[in-house]
Amino acid sequence: MSGVLVSTTINGDAVEFACPQNETLLNSLRDRVGLTGVKEGCGTGDCGACSITLDGRLVCSCLVLSAEANGREIGTVEGIAQGDKLHPLQEKFIEHAALQCGICTPGFLVAAKSLLERNPNPSEEEIRYGLAGNLCRCTGYDKIVRAVQAAAKEMRKK
Amino acid sequence: MRYESPTTTKAAATLLAREKGQADVLAGGTDLLVRMRMGMSEPDLIVDIKRIPAMCQIKVAAAGTKIGAGVTGFELGENKALKKLWPGVVEATNLIGSDQIQGRCTMVGNLCNASPAADSVPALIAAGASAIVVGPDKRRTVKVEKIVTGPGQTSLMKGEVIEAITLPKRPRNSSDAYLRFIPRTEMDIAVVGAAVNLTLERGRVKTARVVLGAVAPTAILVPAAAKAIVGTKLDKEALAKLAAACSAACSPIDDRRGTIEYRTRVAGVMARRAAEIAFKRAGGGK
Ligand SMILES: Cc1cc2nc3c(=O)[nH]c(=O)nc-3n(C[C@H](O)[C@H](O)[C@H](O)COP(=O)(O)OP(=O)(O)OC[C@H]3O[C@@H](n4cnc5c(N)ncnc54)[C@H](O)[C@@H]3O)c2cc1C
Ligand code: FES
Ligand code: FES
Repeated sequence: MSGVLVSTTINGDAVEFACPQNETLLNSLRDRVGLTGVKEGCGTGDCGACSITLDGRLVCSCLVLSAEANGREIGTVEGIAQGDKLHPLQEKFIEHAALQCGICTPGFLVAAKSLLERNPNPSEEEIRYGLAGNLCRCTGYDKIVRAVQAAAKEMRKK
Repeated sequence: MRYESPTTTKAAATLLAREKGQADVLAGGTDLLVRMRMGMSEPDLIVDIKRIPAMCQIKVAAAGTKIGAGVTGFELGENKALKKLWPGVVEATNLIGSDQIQGRCTMVGNLCNASPAADSVPALIAAGASAIVVGPDKRRTVKVEKIVTGPGQTSLMKGEVIEAITLPKRPRNSSDAYLRFIPRTEMDIAVVGAAVNLTLERGRVKTARVVLGAVAPTAILVPAAAKAIVGTKLDKEALAKLAAACSAACSPIDDRRGTIEYRTRVAGVMARRAAEIAFKRAGGGK
């Protein structure tokens, strides 16, 4: 099988990699680019652990071919903090203990950030609907919703 | 597997026609990549249509609307003019999956995947939508209800790709609605879906189209249900007749998500409620 050369921008940096034509972006990001914050839970679009943004739009990277990402901009959980300074969502997830095993957390952070960019003041219902594509088998979701609400409040102050 | 991303519809059709092995169109990939992952599909060629400009546009007008095959659910939801003219079509497409899925899924992918429970399909058929089908040598316009022929099967021929969906001229005092029943509130497959599209004249239903999803091998148009409400102000009797006609049209499967009896009954209820919503949106009941 012949490969494909993919030139992208990931978290603001130009990145180039080669991969087989049928490889998913999830696998390329983890195994070729070394961004292991993107997790695989299901590989079929159900769990959201692989959430990234593609040209600013929230998507599951397990359902994107790397070849499709050529010339596009990718955002992952690794790009959320500014150097050592955590994003308000990350701080509030820690404060509210919104994670246990943590495998779902990167996906929740990316999805929550995208949600708050579109809707800076979501109701609890809007948060629950907005994050329905992310599954967590540890927390019971309540602490995640509280953390997102607290981060939204913090972000509206700025 | 080979990946191609042509920039014209004709080039896409030619690639698909020339491939000797299995060739699949890739829109949002939310069905196709799942099938590949599960080992249910092993294409030799994938033709990504998202770099074809004609497939990525929405043109909204009362005289006729055109939505490119690559347009995502998210983009439909963002389009205020489209939402105002065809709220039922947009709400049906926006019910597909999560925010992540919305960022990728398309109406045409939903249609061509040919699931009996596809959410956007009943709304498209109710709207009177057509598909612009492009082959390597010719184009044809096909009514959406003629595309799906059975579960997982379409009438598209080898080399054919859908370029866009068109919605007809929109008279004044018209609107539509789609409702689905699922056991959860989100991320589930319709047990029953119902779409109603209608036009009013002097407060009464002048024309209507009623379509059910998930209660037969394909989405079904129910002319008897439309007939039950034409000429009425959607009074109780008319709604009861509409519900009865819908239930009578059902030939659903029995599974753990809904029995035959249950789906048959709920189809009537969903259609009645969708009709009430469409009626109100069209300015009825004032
Ligand atoms: C987690 C999850 C939740 C989901 N929830 C729902 C739901 O609630 N309701 C629902 O109805 N569906 C649901 N789906 C199924 C799927 O998301 C939809 O059917 C979606 O609309 C498919 O669109 P797509 O663009 O991603 O299709 P793709 O996967 O790109 O394509 C689907 C099929 O259509 C063909 N095709 C695509 N575009 C064209 C074209 N232009 N011309 C010819 N053939 C074409 C492809 O070759 C393929 O066979 C869900 C899927 C997932 C993974
Ligand atoms: S790994 Fe992509 S949604 Fe689960
Ligand atoms: S913290 Fe374990 S799955 Fe969410």
